[in-house]
Amino acid sequence: MSLLEFARGPALWLSLAVLFSGSAWRIAGIFLLKSKPDFSEPRSTRLMAGAWRAIAGRMIPRKEFRETEKIGTINAYFYHIGLAIIVFGFLPHIYFVKRLTGISWPALPAPVVYFAVALTFVSLIIMLMERLTDPVLRLLSNFDDYSSWFVTFLPLVTGMIVINHPFPPGVAPELPLDPLPLAVHLLSVELLFIWLPFGKLSHAFLVFISRGITGAACARKGAAT
Amino acid sequence: MNDINTVHPLDMSAARLSIRKPQVRYDKQGELADAERVAIAMKSFTKDFNRATAAYMESCIHCGQCAEACHFYVTTRDPKYTPIWKLEPFKQTYKREAGPFAWLYRALNLKREVTVGELEEWQELLFDSCTMCGRCTMICPMGIDIAALVGLARHGMFQAGLVPHELWAVAERAGREGSPLGATAKVLKERIAWLADDYDVEIPLDHERADILITLSSIEIMKYPQSIVAVAKILNHLGASWTIRSDGYEATNFGMLSGNVQWQRDMSMKMIEAAIACGAKTLILPECGHAYGALRWQGANVYGKPLPFKVLHISEFLAENTRNGRLRLKKLNKSITFHDPCQVSRRGGATAAPREVLRALGGELREMESTGDMNWCCGGGGGVVTIHRADDLRHRAFAIKIKQIDDTGAELLTTSCSNCRQTFDDGQAHFKWDKTMHSLLELVADQLEAPAGAQR
Repeated sequence: MSLLEFARGPALWLSLAVLFSGSAWRIAGIFLLKSKPDFSEPRSTRLMAGAWRAIAGRMIPRKEFRETEKIGTINAYFYHIGLAIIVFGFLPHIYFVKRLTGISWPALPAPVVYFAVALTFVSLIIMLMERLTDPVLRLLSNFDDYSSWFVTFLPLVTGMIVINHPFPPGVAPELPLDPLPLAVHLLSVELLFIWLPFGKLSHAFLVFISRGITGAACARKGAAT
Repeated sequence: MNDINTVHPLDMSAARLSIRKPQVRYDKQGELADAERVAIAMKSFTKDFNRATAAYMESCIHCGQCAEACHFYVTTRDPKYTPIWKLEPFKQTYKREAGPFAWLYRALNLKREVTVGELEEWQELLFDSCTMCGRCTMICPMGIDIAALVGLARHGMFQAGLVPHELWAVAERAGREGSPLGATAKVLKERIAWLADDYDVEIPLDHERADILITLSSIEIMKYPQSIVAVAKILNHLGASWTIRSDGYEATNFGMLSGNVQWQRDMSMKMIEAAIACGAKTLILPECGHAYGALRWQGANVYGKPLPFKVLHISEFLAENTRNGRLRLKKLNKSITFHDPCQVSRRGGATAAPREVLRALGGELREMESTGDMNWCCGGGGGVVTIHRADDLRHRAFAIKIKQIDDTGAELLTTSCSNCRQTFDDGQAHFKWDKTMHSLLELVADQLEAPAGAQR
């Protein structure tokens, strides 16, 4: 079994199994805990609306905080949007998803994705620099922060190596001429899949739960979210 | 270098001569062994982990944004005052004892047990430097309710006997005497007799039946007794059926602020039972921020079922009666700014009520730059105003309020929390500031149209 076959086969399935089962376990860990009934007279019973308002509304900081949190917030937009463009807009990634699920969608033009790669690369470096130099972030940071940064940055770097790597002409890109960089890229993505449920990258799904709970609680009180 | 200089190295580069790392000072109650304190704290922390706390504990992305929302961080720039950092032992306990991967953390010792040294160190962070104002909750991109978590973490600290002594002492006194400031039932009765006589106002006490039960803050009883006169004038003006009950008048809840769940319950139950005993349809809470949180939002949960009466903050009651036209007020030709008590506005959802009252007064409302749900706390909430060693920190935070209020240029300062008011009085004296905080309730009473409509 070649390294690429391993990356596309057992390693991929193992990492996906860890990703989904680990994430499910983490969510179950929250929902299996008791939730105390609230007998206070609610000011509003539209709790779901409140939850969704918090989920959507917290994507944009309140005006009172925009000045103080400018760099961190704008940079976070850059790498989140950049990563979304790369993951969902790049043709080879769509091929990858199609091969696994049969689902596909139109790709973004390659230059747009390349621009997103550059933007995300710089943005993630800035993020790391900020974490290493800002006194608050340094105090809060632990192994999870740096490992999460690493497993996010690594697929970006290994992916950049694969970009423009020659494929046999005229056919769907099943196998590149040199399979090693692609195998390494795939393995780096699989590392991310394996780490995601255990570390802070799981905010990808936890964000809906924590914002939703607060949004519903605030709605009940008639308080702002 | 002598011994003293080795143990306490001097900071030669500081503006004033000082030791480099001042000794952490903390208080302890009881004679428990260190291991016992840790075990008790961790057990109590674990008891408080529920679905919401777990979601919050799992979600922090260590972005540090909450720091910029906290008055104690903003005015000191000390990273330890970052709100989420104040929860570190609580988080550590969650990860090790209750989280979905707790077994893994324990097996590989990835999260070690909290030590007594950490709990002692965190006493300052959980009590002295957090008013539970919840401004950090508003900035958190993950929506983590940090203020609520601090409230829960205080439970464990209390059980472990690790509460700042002044806060513990007032809470203990409240548990023993029924009031944290000595406003016992006997004192209340004497005050009411004196006030009724001096101000020539009827103040019904211990009526067997009444539609409205008025509760008070001990700060009002002992420091601002005019508030009792004001509430009497307004309710008499409205022709309301009301009473104060000497068996359930104290709304301040230092049980909640100190982290003692039982004392919190006892204080709330006195008011609940008094309201039920007199058949009150409405219980009105005084100008006190945390009293609102304790009874309006936690009271029914203490009671174990929905309360058989409505709970209103006095500002909500005033707003309701200006809205329905029953409260007739003379116009006030002054510019006014309003300081929101965090627990009533941001945490309580009653932000609009005082503004409705101020509109009815007809004054020019000059809002502060960051106001309403985003108001800066006065720095004295959450029991912080009782902790003397926190005075310097609290005064730094108060400097934000001075600037905010001075920037409005308003002639009159009002609030609807007596705890905020005493924090303002203290800040005014400390900074020799030329502004005095006033009570919204007293302002309304002063502006009542005479003669009162339906006098009882």
